[in-house]
Amino acid sequence: MHDGNTFSMKRRDLLRMIGMSAGAAAMYQAMSSLGLAAESSFKGSPKLQGAPNNTSVLILGAGIAGMVAAYELRQAGYRVQVLEYNQRPGGRNWSLRGGDRFTELGGFSQHCQFDDGCYLNPGPWRLPYHHHGILSYCKKLGVPLEPFVQVNHNAYVHSASAFGGKPQRYRTINADYRGHVAELLAKSTQQGKLDETVSKQDQERLLESLRDWGALDKNLAYSSGIASSNRRGFDKDPGGGLSARPVPSKPIALDELLGSRLWSALSAGEIYEFQTSLFQPVGGMGRIGEAFGHALDGVIRYGAKVTAIQQDAHGVSVSYEDAGKPGSTHKAQADWCICTIPLSVLSQIPMNVSAPMTAAISAVPYAASVKVGLQFKRRFWEEDEHIYGGITYTDLPIATIGYPSSGFHSSGKGVLLGAYIWGLNAFEFTAMPPAQRIQKALEYGSQIHPQYREEFETGVAVGWHRSPFTMGCFGLWSDDTRAKHYDNLCQIDGRIALAGEHASYLPAWQEGAVTSALDVIERIHRRAVAEARA
Amino acid sequence: MKLHRLLTTCLYLGLLSHATTLHAQSSDNATHAQSAPGFADGKAVFEHICQGCHMPDAKGATGAGSYPALTGNPRLVSAAYMAAVILHGRRDMPSFIQTGDSGPLENSRLSDTQIADVINYVRTHFGNHYADRITAQEVAGMHP
Repeated sequence: MHDGNTFSMKRRDLLRMIGMSAGAAAMYQAMSSLGLAAESSFKGSPKLQGAPNNTSVLILGAGIAGMVAAYELRQAGYRVQVLEYNQRPGGRNWSLRGGDRFTELGGFSQHCQFDDGCYLNPGPWRLPYHHHGILSYCKKLGVPLEPFVQVNHNAYVHSASAFGGKPQRYRTINADYRGHVAELLAKSTQQGKLDETVSKQDQERLLESLRDWGALDKNLAYSSGIASSNRRGFDKDPGGGLSARPVPSKPIALDELLGSRLWSALSAGEIYEFQTSLFQPVGGMGRIGEAFGHALDGVIRYGAKVTAIQQDAHGVSVSYEDAGKPGSTHKAQADWCICTIPLSVLSQIPMNVSAPMTAAISAVPYAASVKVGLQFKRRFWEEDEHIYGGITYTDLPIATIGYPSSGFHSSGKGVLLGAYIWGLNAFEFTAMPPAQRIQKALEYGSQIHPQYREEFETGVAVGWHRSPFTMGCFGLWSDDTRAKHYDNLCQIDGRIALAGEHASYLPAWQEGAVTSALDVIERIHRRAVAEARA
Repeated sequence: MKLHRLLTTCLYLGLLSHATTLHAQSSDNATHAQSAPGFADGKAVFEHICQGCHMPDAKGATGAGSYPALTGNPRLVSAAYMAAVILHGRRDMPSFIQTGDSGPLENSRLSDTQIADVINYVRTHFGNHYADRITAQEVAGMHP
């Protein structure tokens, strides 16, 4: 947390300020105009009518985009084959569970030792309720869902340089921030400072609403008492019998609150993608990819590393080798090809498409991200701290501690998301061997949960730039590159078209992969039908 | 290859990246204000950033695609080429240029001195024995 940053305000900060001062609706409007909060374009799976006889489509990549395309095209009557580099379906839709092995680039190998029922989702971990496309496939494939807790008022917001490094409950900071802002606005109203902009009648209503919104007392002050403690918590909770009397808590002073900058962690749950309700598949996000893989049994060729993609007027020919046996060349051919290989990898594969598409493929850098899963002997965050699901945000390099949204109140073990890192710290964590990433996550995390040292058992750590199948986390478009290249990337080029989160306005989200796949199969289908008629 | 020509090529290929778009998944990392890296020398830059992809022994790695080795790689003959790639990025490799913009990567950018330092470090380690050096001023001269 740094002061004096006002001159280089980040867009993120600006959005947060809009959210703080004008509410979520204004922030949403600002985000929409930036293309950040657009609702999924999903309008139901397309009904592809009249697939031409004996027409084949080769799909590269068995991630969400590739498997949605394969599932729908096969249903429509196309002959479908999928080539996948990994030995499993899903791509970034992936859960690491006990017994799994993962070898990252550079040869660093991990053997996950988690107990049954525990897992880490190295990639996506939550499903917003308005991501209708991916949710519809969960339903279709029979993948059971459960709630994902995003906002937990009893989780922490933390800064190493505020309150002596002691984590604060989200509830407390949220209540105090609102209470103080409400009191300031009420005072301004009473002092006539809003007379020019707010009518007398509306001023009455405004004061009434501020009292409610900020938990102000009868004098419109945010003070220690039952009203404020009902938001921020009591020093002693109300009980029964002779020990019943509650002891109200005392709000944090405004200057201390503002100086802590912990208010910056309050608005995450207001963002469209993080608003209640969110879901997760029971047993890990990877259940979706596994279910797709099961549905497409026999269609997917695993361990296939694509080495060249060539098209002519009649079809597409793809060269690939067994990932385990370099040099062993195979060929797959089809009338059409849908390529979902991440641009980080695709930019290295020879492919005869137009110059604009080639330029687009090479124009997108990939974001760095790291996740660390930590298994503990007991669920101390529940037993000691009464945190059931949700997220702690911190300015330590680990950025995030995610508490499991399942298995509540069980007496067994549990796995925390011990770090979820972007930007510079993600580069740095990626550059460490996996064991060191885990050590660092423990060091930093124990500043928030001292129980770490006593209770830690085993961990896994995934740095996405070390992932052999993606070489990065997701395509990081800028406004400039999108304007210049996005449409070129998404065009059908002869007999080849691309799909995936990188071909969407929902970067990094599975919904982007789903909607890009559905969009592209409809366009390919129209071409194939037109060609058959010609 | 002349610097000017190289830069023009970078521009033409769209390698310049002014990342200014907030990406959805990071928007709940609000608390986490990062500062620009303060790595002391070229070795520190390499070990904290570069080796994530190019690996601790600088030999690169291969999976579905490859990260190039920085040892025995003929392109290292040109320190200016390396500077252009680090400044402007290449394919999936992000740009590390400090532009003063407000993009999500700005806090991960390197100073011209750090870029010169890491180039000189790589070109004299991992079996590389290039005698010439690049200066921070020369790197600065390659900004668009």
